[in-house]
Amino acid sequence: MLYRESGQFKTSYEADQAILPIPQDRWFLMAVLLIAYLVIPAVSSEYMLQAVLIPFLVFAMAAIGLNLLLGYAGQLSLGTGGFMAVGAYMTYKMTTAWPDMDIIVVFLLSGLCAAGVGIIFGIPSLRIKGFYLAVATLAAQFFLSWMFNKVEWFYNYNPSGTITAPPRTVFGHVVTGPEATAETRYMVALILVTVFALIAKNLVRGRVGRSWMAIRDMDIAAEIIGFKPYQTKLLAFAISSFYCGIAGAMTLFLWLGSVETEAFAINISFQVLFMVIIGGLGSILGSFLGAAFITLVPVLLTNAPQLAGLQMATDLQKHLEVMIFGGLIIFFLIVEPHGFARLWQITKEKLRRWPFPY
Amino acid sequence: MANGNGGNRRRIGGVILNVEDVSLSFGGVQALEQVTFSVREGEIRAIIGPNGAGKSSMLNCINGFYHPQGGTITYKGNKRKQMRPHEAAAQGIARTFQNIALFKGMTTLDNIMTGRNLKMRRNFLWQALYIGPARREEMEHRAFVEQIIDFLEIQAIRKQPVGKLPYGLQKRVELGRALAAEPDLLLLDEPMAGMNTEEKEDMCRFVLDVNDEFGTTIVLIEHDMGVVMDISDRVVVLDYGKLLADGTPDDVRGNKQVIDAYLGAVHD
Ligand SMILES: Nc1ncnc2c1ncn2[C@@H]1O[C@H](COP(=O)(O)OP(=O)(O)OP(=O)(O)O)[C@@H](O)[C@H]1O
Ligand SMILES: [Mg+2]
Repeated sequence: MLYRESGQFKTSYEADQAILPIPQDRWFLMAVLLIAYLVIPAVSSEYMLQAVLIPFLVFAMAAIGLNLLLGYAGQLSLGTGGFMAVGAYMTYKMTTAWPDMDIIVVFLLSGLCAAGVGIIFGIPSLRIKGFYLAVATLAAQFFLSWMFNKVEWFYNYNPSGTITAPPRTVFGHVVTGPEATAETRYMVALILVTVFALIAKNLVRGRVGRSWMAIRDMDIAAEIIGFKPYQTKLLAFAISSFYCGIAGAMTLFLWLGSVETEAFAINISFQVLFMVIIGGLGSILGSFLGAAFITLVPVLLTNAPQLAGLQMATDLQKHLEVMIFGGLIIFFLIVEPHGFARLWQITKEKLRRWPFPY
Repeated sequence: MANGNGGNRRRIGGVILNVEDVSLSFGGVQALEQVTFSVREGEIRAIIGPNGAGKSSMLNCINGFYHPQGGTITYKGNKRKQMRPHEAAAQGIARTFQNIALFKGMTTLDNIMTGRNLKMRRNFLWQALYIGPARREEMEHRAFVEQIIDFLEIQAIRKQPVGKLPYGLQKRVELGRALAAEPDLLLLDEPMAGMNTEEKEDMCRFVLDVNDEFGTTIVLIEHDMGVVMDISDRVVVLDYGKLLADGTPDDVRGNKQVIDAYLGAVHD
């Protein structure tokens, strides 16, 4: 009798522990994936892919990375741009040094390089917290920027100082370089983001995620429970930087095609930070929402006035953009630290009860 | 409230923890001064004493959070002087705190699941995939944690973030987190402080049941003398960092010094 019962419990826990326990959510996700994989490539223009969707995917990857570190493990980093640069430059170095190596393997290896660099710059987190840690990671950002600028070996002594993605193929499709179509690059980016978002979700719903959140919420108690604070924090830095590294490689190989260190400057670090705050700290979904918002608002501001038959000066657009971001960040930091992701959740709860107010 | 939880019902074994001449000071403050006592396997050992007597400091020494300047602590036959809290956890010591130390942003379920972490073996690569062994492991521990949730009667708050729960329930969740580690030695720092009578009775029941069913050795700090007399096997009395008395509840209750220094002071 008892045995049967416990067997039943087990299956129900498994269902309960699933990423999306509610069927409606699963349908919704299926629909989103269907649109992303089938509809968008079929209907989107080159401009749409290149200016909106690919950067969205790149930033979603970086935002997931930073969210793992900041939202889950509670370690503030302003070095996102620097870690992305590591990914981009290492991918470039490896693929030019070993042209035959599969580009996906190169991506993963440079992610690992970024993870290693992340661990090194994460070491201060063992001693310092919050504001001071932010300053230490800022140093990482500036050091890495400086290094990729100064050490010519990193850009193969190219006098212009830029690095350019050479053409590489995956299963016979040209996925990088000037010949790669926007659709192909979009698809590769989409697959990478899908896979790594799933991995991130797996990590945060298991022991690793709990160890991060425990350190974030109360590091002393976490240690008394048996989490090793050093390992836990460094793992967070490593995995977070891995994601940022992949995002950096994507920036060069799947989005821009050719970059200088400027593409990974401090403002990128801040941009990704804003995505995480606006989207929702401690939420994978929030990373997507934040990335979507921050990549979409400038595009909307550029295009909407023209569609409405109005003229808007470019500097006014820029100012509006900054004002919107600034206002929202203050709003979310004060009112709703869980960002859009939480607002989405509240909306869903309301919908579930609809049309009854309570 | 359960009464007379004497040694006849349960088996009390040999000494599991021996504290010898332990001294601890913070700058000029002598928190503990050559304190000596022992805890036997399977017993409920109370530590009492007025505010600032050094009770919490004593627990902090036992689980490696403070490092005493003098004396030795012998646990399971191994003498030790310095150890990190996570090492103490690995040796089977779990605890709760006077000021609740839960992970506020996490749900009740996740908080209690953290207590299982030392029993989980799959590394992060397995977890990234969340297949086979990693998933099975998660389910096994989930099942164990559900038993604790049932035992503590907190099914209804399973999915709620603990930061928003009322105080009494938070204390209960914290006990659950400590129990999830299946500790050999459970340290409870004022588990019933700030509770009403009903909540206290529940908590007493849980403490006694844990001790009874799993044979867990318990060291608890408590101010409520009624509770202490009811549930503990032996009592240590501290005052200004010094050991004032050590014995059964009846011994301690009758001790002249204790009455003067502590009980008297409370009832003044
Ligand atoms: N981390 C610390 N730094 C400085 N002094 C401390 C520290 N921890 C404890 N003390 C001091 O040590 C003494 C004993 O404190 P402790 O918290 O152990 O007392 P307690 O018996 O638990 O009291 P209470 O009943 O109020 O909880 C107090 O004088 C306290 O101020
Ligand atoms: Mg205390």
